[in-house]
Amino acid sequence: MAVQTFKIPESIREGAKFSFCPGCDHGVAVRLVAEVLDELGLTENTILAASIGCSVTIYDFLDIDAVEAPHGRALAEATGIKRARPDKCVFTYQGDGDFASIGLAESLHAALRGESITAICINNTTYGMTGGQLGPTTLLGQKTTTSPTGRNVEYYGYPIKIAEHVALCDGTAYSARVSLDTVANIRKAKQAIKKAFEIQMQGLGFTFIEILSTCPTNWKMTPQESHERVRTQMMEVFKPGVYKDITLEKTV
Amino acid sequence: MGRIVIDETKCKACYLCIEECPKKLIKKSSKTNKLGDHLVEFDDPDNQCIGCAMCATRCPDMAITEVYRG
Repeated sequence: MAVQTFKIPESIREGAKFSFCPGCDHGVAVRLVAEVLDELGLTENTILAASIGCSVTIYDFLDIDAVEAPHGRALAEATGIKRARPDKCVFTYQGDGDFASIGLAESLHAALRGESITAICINNTTYGMTGGQLGPTTLLGQKTTTSPTGRNVEYYGYPIKIAEHVALCDGTAYSARVSLDTVANIRKAKQAIKKAFEIQMQGLGFTFIEILSTCPTNWKMTPQESHERVRTQMMEVFKPGVYKDITLEKTV
Repeated sequence: MGRIVIDETKCKACYLCIEECPKKLIKKSSKTNKLGDHLVEFDDPDNQCIGCAMCATRCPDMAITEVYRG
């Protein structure tokens, strides 16, 4: 008797085809969110605030209610949705440029207010949709279209470590950084996303997941080389781990 | 003795699944997509697939739509 070990999540819209570049980890992240919504039975009870960038296309793929809030305002809008309908599961799905550059004020203040929202931030160290410009998380020395000789500290400053910043906010209940470079890490990422949604539904505070992702097109690498770069360069600077989890602190 | 189902209309030929399979049962196909990139195919003549779903977990485009074990 054959057992089905993998199927397309029910939260994925029927017939949906991802419009991401070949090898882009956005597709994995969207699928993980869909799997978590399936497992927690939240599909019919969830409202998404979409962002700007490649991440915006998530509302084409998930069979849930969604509102578009471009240019970093996703968490401001999500705050309004959550306060009007506190029974709903509300989450945002943003890129690093959207979360940490354009919308840093909205993002950090949502965390400081302790809104019961889940924010998912895809960190690929560049602005993917607009053509690979220098973003807030671009690594030192990384060449982008707007830093052709590599990011240097004197001119561009340092990259932002988002998960650590969010963890410092008192309203934050959960802050973690995960990566999608191996199957083992994909499974860990799913656990982290699930935990964040569970904490949100308990109303304990702001929950945040930073996902280290790839951008093979703008990094000018193959998908395999991109994952190698995540392992050898990105994970050195952006260390994966759980930076804050108040459910653990309570039990200690 | 497992098996996988590949949706060829979704495969974007990134070949991440080829490296991921512990039994190396996925290979490049002679078929191409509309951009001319070679798709992947499931080649398991000796029934070695264990249905671990690592290929489907890795696939960023959900082109591996179903995995069965046993």
